[in-house]
Amino acid sequence: MREITENDLHDIARGAAILGTGGGGDPYIGRLLALSAVRSHGPVPLVPLAEVPDDAVVLPVAMMGAPTVMVEKLPSAEQVGLAARTLAGYLGKELTHIACAEAGGVNSLIPVVAAAQLGLPLVDADGMGRAFPELQMVLPTLYGIRATPMSIADEKGNRGVLDTVDNRWAERLARSATIDMGCSAMISNYAMSGSQARESLVPGTLSLCAELGALVRAAREEHADPVARVVSRLGGRRLFTGKVVDVARRTVTGFARGEARLSGMDGDTGAELVLRFQNEHLVAERDGVVEASVPDLICTLERETGEAVTTEGLRFGQRVTVIAAPADPRWHTPEGIALAGPRYFGYDIDPIGVTG
Amino acid sequence: MRIGIDVGGTNTDAVLLDGRQVLASVKTSTTADVTSGIVAAIDGLQRQRAFDPAAVRAVMIGTTHFINALVEAHRLAPTAAVRLSLPAGASLPPMVDWPQRLVDAVSGRSYLVHGGHEFDGRHIAELDESELRKAADDMGEAGVRSVAITSVFSPVNAEFEARAAEIIGAQLPDVAISLSHEIGRIGLLERENATVINAALRELAAHIVDGLSASVTGAGITAPLYLSQNDGTLMDVDFARRYPVATFASGPTNSMRGAAVLSGLDTCAVVDVGGTTSDVGVLRQGFPREATTDVSVAGIRTNFRMPDVLSIGIGGGSRVRGNVTVGPDSVGYELTSKALVFGGDTLTATDIAVAAGRADIGDASLVAHLDRGLVRAALDKIAADVSDVVERMRTSAEPLPVVAVGGGSVLLPDELAGCGEVHRPENYAVANAIGAAIAQIGGEVDRVYVIEPGRREAVVEEAKQEAIDRAVAAGASPASVGIVDFDEVPIPYLPGNATRIRAKAVGDLQLGA
Repeated sequence: MREITENDLHDIARGAAILGTGGGGDPYIGRLLALSAVRSHGPVPLVPLAEVPDDAVVLPVAMMGAPTVMVEKLPSAEQVGLAARTLAGYLGKELTHIACAEAGGVNSLIPVVAAAQLGLPLVDADGMGRAFPELQMVLPTLYGIRATPMSIADEKGNRGVLDTVDNRWAERLARSATIDMGCSAMISNYAMSGSQARESLVPGTLSLCAELGALVRAAREEHADPVARVVSRLGGRRLFTGKVVDVARRTVTGFARGEARLSGMDGDTGAELVLRFQNEHLVAERDGVVEASVPDLICTLERETGEAVTTEGLRFGQRVTVIAAPADPRWHTPEGIALAGPRYFGYDIDPIGVTG
Repeated sequence: MRIGIDVGGTNTDAVLLDGRQVLASVKTSTTADVTSGIVAAIDGLQRQRAFDPAAVRAVMIGTTHFINALVEAHRLAPTAAVRLSLPAGASLPPMVDWPQRLVDAVSGRSYLVHGGHEFDGRHIAELDESELRKAADDMGEAGVRSVAITSVFSPVNAEFEARAAEIIGAQLPDVAISLSHEIGRIGLLERENATVINAALRELAAHIVDGLSASVTGAGITAPLYLSQNDGTLMDVDFARRYPVATFASGPTNSMRGAAVLSGLDTCAVVDVGGTTSDVGVLRQGFPREATTDVSVAGIRTNFRMPDVLSIGIGGGSRVRGNVTVGPDSVGYELTSKALVFGGDTLTATDIAVAAGRADIGDASLVAHLDRGLVRAALDKIAADVSDVVERMRTSAEPLPVVAVGGGSVLLPDELAGCGEVHRPENYAVANAIGAAIAQIGGEVDRVYVIEPGRREAVVEEAKQEAIDRAVAAGASPASVGIVDFDEVPIPYLPGNATRIRAKAVGDLQLGA
């Protein structure tokens, strides 16, 4: 895939919802924004990570805040471009490429808006290979790439630049600013050179989103099993098929934490699966035994359609198939596990890796 | 006594009830004009069981007029969408994701102006009255006859929508104005879409409501007239003039609620077997469970409250083939010429029911030759498919009784595997009209609350009380009102334990002396 056109956006949104692992926000608004940007500015060139030149100036852009707010106070395309331009201005550099920080959920499509608006190519890669809830949870953190200087922009034209001592401070200060900006802001951070991008990003993830979306669509048209195709493409495995019988949610320091209980059906009749989540799914336990955990991907898909179900969208009675897929291997290094492993989220277990 | 009437696409069904006892029931054809079908239905009741029109205390009508008008893009008024959101939201203007044919059908015009609230109640921007006056001038020149006003976070604070309505109303006194906070919930585009649809239907609503009132009055009935809403509660005619969109899913809702009353079960699965499909819904405490996903109507994404209904292609007209499939294709309205029992050449599910002795339709001798094994296999297939759908709609391990209604329900066995006994109430063919007749009055709250520590219970009580107050204000008898639905969902990434609370109260209609 060498460019993103109007026709690719549905597939990317559908695939991004799968990589969102239950979080990342509904890509619907992102898709509409990208559609309007691509219609006004033309298709967005997509550059394979390996082809990004050493001296490129690469800026990831993303939405920060509450997806619930974003569906009410709609972001503007200008706001997305403004975040990238502000950071480039602070750095005093000519921006050459836009990148994607988070391939899961709405943030897969926000960079398409920025690239279209600014007339720049988009790098076919992202910082996670999935979705995670906090800003420092990207592979560039493992390479010592600083989150800041980072820009933040709201729809009113307010802009801020943060320069912090470490990436966790960036998360903390940006979170406060986001709340003051009405809980929906556009950010640009982890400015990097082309060589840093090639080293630290996960390659091919936007194409992967498009491919997953197309697989699901085609499987449905052929009356084949979309879930099986997603599992096979991600090199993961099917953990469980069941009916949601209980969902408990609570808000802890701004995040939606909770558990969902699934009662098994098909080949899993008689078993129970518990999913623990903080926006994204963190741990899957079958009859009390952990079967998968962060940093690997745990995704809930509608059993029949293969459409991703978000943790917010989990409801009694839904029939879902839970799948697990391996994260980028760098997430399984000690540093990666410290950053986004089960203990960071308060589960005193070693991560359980998925083998396909 | 009360009269319930359900106006469907094909049939208009009517019942005369005394309490919960069915005194008379009729089925007539739906007519192109509003009034004659209703007049015919009331006459039919009168012929079946003579009654004194003055003894009728209320008339309840469920109608598909409005949803059909949208689907057919017919008789929609020239409408303007005003959104108070700037400087936010300009990239996705109103009607951005609509099919062009419907934008054209409402001559859709959009105006983006300053205003709106943040999630915590701050103003995104101050309202600019001169901007609104200018927009109103432009609407006047363009011949706009109905206006939909949507402000960001109006379900939390509606002050800007109310003020904008005053300004536009002062300048254009003859246009109808619809406000989004009265129509939809959080989710700006979906709520705005619902409001624009409502606005486009306002003129038609006035026309239909006048027609319905005239037919009822013409029959000598002086009792008040009510229309059924999506959630199974009633609205009076003034409300119906202002919120036609609230009738959109009243058909399936009435059928399900009628089934509940007929069977005496208020928590059950209802299988409505028609000519082409079987629709399965679930009632909890007498009200349909709502769909949790966004609902697309005529290709427009909305967030209406719609009953959660799952359909499969099995009905009385379903074609039955070889070894052995039933549906999903159906002979539909041609059943009476194509089915074997009517001398036709197509094997349908109705033929199977007659051959098995479950129904007496047409000429049973025409199906006497059918292979017993085939008949058995087809019935087993129907039972297995329907019980699978019922099973999918169940949300807990607890047993859920199954109630079958609709003309095609003879296809179902007396017991469904895994679901137990199938209840078949009397008068099942007019369950929808009965559902309309027994509807109650509701009130509802759906809002994001910032809950301070230790205040949760007080906030929950406040929300419930407001729902109750609204039901009473809408005409429910205070002694009968209770909370029937309550839901609390914390919202991620927002400070201060922001929680979305929905509470719904219903009570019996307070009937006049």
